[in-house]
Amino acid sequence: MATTQAPPVVGGRPAPSVTSRNRMKPGRWFSELGWRHVVGVIAVVYAAFPLVYVLSASLSENGTLTGSNTLFSDVSGANYAELGTTMFWTWMGNTLVIAIATSVGTVLMGAAAAYAFSRFRFAGRRMGLTSLLIVQMFPQMLAFVAIFLLLIGLGNVVPILGLNSKIALIAVYLGGALGVNTFLMYGFFNTVPRELDEAAKIDGATHSQIYWTIILRLVAPILAVVALLSFISTFGEFIIARIVLTSERNWTLAVGLYGWVSSLKEANWGLFTAGAVISALPVLALFLYLQKYIVGGLTAGSVKG
Amino acid sequence: MSAPQTTTDAEVGALGTDGPPPRRGLRAADASHARDYSPGFFVKLALMAVVDALGVYVVWSAWTAGSYGILAATLAMLVVANWVYFSKRALPLKYILPGLLFLLVYQIFVVGYTGYVAFTNYGTGHNSTKEQAVSALLIQNERRVEGSPSSTLTVVEDGDALGFAVVTEDGDVEAGTADRPLAVVDGATVTDGRAVEIPGFTVLPRDQVLQRQAEVTELRVPVSDDPEDGSIRTTDARTGYVYTSALEWDAAADTMTDTTTGTVYTPNDEGQFEAPDGSTLAVGWRVPVGFDNFVTAFSDARYAQPFVKILVWTFVFAVGSVVTTFLLGLFLAIVFNDTRMRGRKVYRTLMILPYAIPGFLAALLWSGLLNTRFGFVNEVILGGAHIPWLTDPWLAKLSVLGVNLWLGFPYMFLICTGALQSLPGDVMEAAKIDGAGRWRTWRAITLPLLLIATAPLLISSFAFNFNNFTLIYMLTGGGPRFADASVPLGHTDILISMVYSISGVDGSAQKDFGLASALSIVIFVIVGTISAIAFRSTRKFEEIS
Repeated sequence: MATTQAPPVVGGRPAPSVTSRNRMKPGRWFSELGWRHVVGVIAVVYAAFPLVYVLSASLSENGTLTGSNTLFSDVSGANYAELGTTMFWTWMGNTLVIAIATSVGTVLMGAAAAYAFSRFRFAGRRMGLTSLLIVQMFPQMLAFVAIFLLLIGLGNVVPILGLNSKIALIAVYLGGALGVNTFLMYGFFNTVPRELDEAAKIDGATHSQIYWTIILRLVAPILAVVALLSFISTFGEFIIARIVLTSERNWTLAVGLYGWVSSLKEANWGLFTAGAVISALPVLALFLYLQKYIVGGLTAGSVKG
Repeated sequence: MSAPQTTTDAEVGALGTDGPPPRRGLRAADASHARDYSPGFFVKLALMAVVDALGVYVVWSAWTAGSYGILAATLAMLVVANWVYFSKRALPLKYILPGLLFLLVYQIFVVGYTGYVAFTNYGTGHNSTKEQAVSALLIQNERRVEGSPSSTLTVVEDGDALGFAVVTEDGDVEAGTADRPLAVVDGATVTDGRAVEIPGFTVLPRDQVLQRQAEVTELRVPVSDDPEDGSIRTTDARTGYVYTSALEWDAAADTMTDTTTGTVYTPNDEGQFEAPDGSTLAVGWRVPVGFDNFVTAFSDARYAQPFVKILVWTFVFAVGSVVTTFLLGLFLAIVFNDTRMRGRKVYRTLMILPYAIPGFLAALLWSGLLNTRFGFVNEVILGGAHIPWLTDPWLAKLSVLGVNLWLGFPYMFLICTGALQSLPGDVMEAAKIDGAGRWRTWRAITLPLLLIATAPLLISSFAFNFNNFTLIYMLTGGGPRFADASVPLGHTDILISMVYSISGVDGSAQKDFGLASALSIVIFVIVGTISAIAFRSTRKFEEIS
């Protein structure tokens, strides 16, 4: 990665040209810039050493905690091969199905609601927005006991909406779709000029045509951010998944890998590290690829008005 | 972000200037699909048909299962959905409704239901209604009736449910399973007084009977729908005996009588049958208990002390996590906020790695790294020390905070970097002209502005950590255990993991949904209050600035 010229910090000192850096005395260079590199290296080591360790442990020959302590002493795919003998790939499939379905549903429902709040003026609109703010203060996972009891009741009626069903888990996750993301989207929808809607309306487009063909394309970036955030949080959700999915066939990665580590830490360590590397990769790749948008999305929610 | 925008802009421009899009005729400006037969209308019709079919199926199932609450709720939702999508009004609701329904059922209802359960004694021993408790008691207290007739018995299977077939005194064959009371089966073949072929059932072969011995001896097949009639059981898979309950339920007097001792049990306020001497029967039912659960949490000898400790630690953990991650993130953001520095992007990418991997993986990974005897930290970094990072009360707390720092500082770094770069330049300029030094500028201008920009995120970070169940559960499991507590709670438990332990939903302990829900309500109140106060004061902040 080449250094990119970031925009100069307003109010900071003007960035001198590269040639002046070379004319800086070594002592001055260190007090101005060099120490920053020292801090940077320390921070990177702190951030990355567990990840280097996990990579090395997953590649080690023997799959125990003790045997994983020498970094890259031997490189073999034994742990990865052994994953095939476990339920790991089933869990991976379950997790991806649940996370993708949840993020798609979240985007569809959240965007539709945000469109209504942003474009229509109706009785109860202000109250609806305020209620959504208040609902956000009650995290859904705190009600896990009630969710458990509700699913027992639903399961007696329709088994597919009861315990030990992936569909039921997705439905529970979708219950949180409106609360968390509508505001983020609502703010973004407001930045799309209303003149576009007006023009389309005059041309005879209906509200649904405007929504599906114009607005959704213009707000694509925020849809990507919300989809990604929803995917990541579903991917790592543990407590509700643990309660809802009772049989090992239906477990997600979080539930399954926890089982490996909590029982017999010694024997399964190699398996766990290999599984961890594989399960971290999709999220990591997505994250680094969409870094810009995520950071934008994180801070966009904080500034209102 | 810019690339897709330009293309759509062009398209929109085309829409806006070249008249109506092709493929569609001109419409009245206020037309809606509700009265217009376009492709969109038929898509909607198909979707609603599917929704209605599913809805009717749920209503029907709820009717047969006798779940009238679910039936009423589904019916109401169906009616509302059809009205919304087929009327010309309710335009905004067409967009809000899908998400709203999920929100109502899976968030608003469950929070409300938590509130209801908090005021009941729902849990082990109080699992259901009084009716069900009565029949469970009758079944559990069955004894073989002295001198009751025995009948020859055949073990049968119906699908995968075991059952019995018995030959009655008048030669009829009756068969049933645990869920289906005995009923006369026509056309069964009886050889040597034993049923050998029963239509609708398959006779279990002898070797299978031996294999599934435990199941067979535990099986009880009710004689009729009335639990008082007792059931057929067997000890040798060849002879069946009638067992009837030693308890007698008198519905009119609302009492249970033990026929062997003659003790009369009457219902008490706790949802149990109680004898005059104070002893109670094992199975009770759910009753409202008012504020008992809350009183238990704050004053019961078993819970009160751990609860207070855990409450304090939860605050320490949440505040400590926010403060440490924020300080480290801010420090690094300041360090890297110099445009003359090379390779900032590389540093940044490597530094946000901990934030980019799923949290549960990180917590599990650290639980191995910090293992006392074999962990990488003790073995390699500290050269073979045996420091009990996760098993000593104080060190475990420190470790939890340390791991959370590792997990959380990249997020704060990103936020602070963003906030620093968006600081208004003119204010800085003005400070310089007024002769403020670096430190003064930082203290009087940069920091306040930064805090205002990041305050909402710090509050949500606090709320998140207050309920950071995954980290605690995966890293320490709440341990090390309190030495003096009879309940499975530990030094690093936070409120939500305490709720999890007490609720017993994972089947490891006694279930106490009532107390768990009461504690959930306590958490709701704490987090809600703090968020509300914080958001309000930051709004004041913004007005002042």
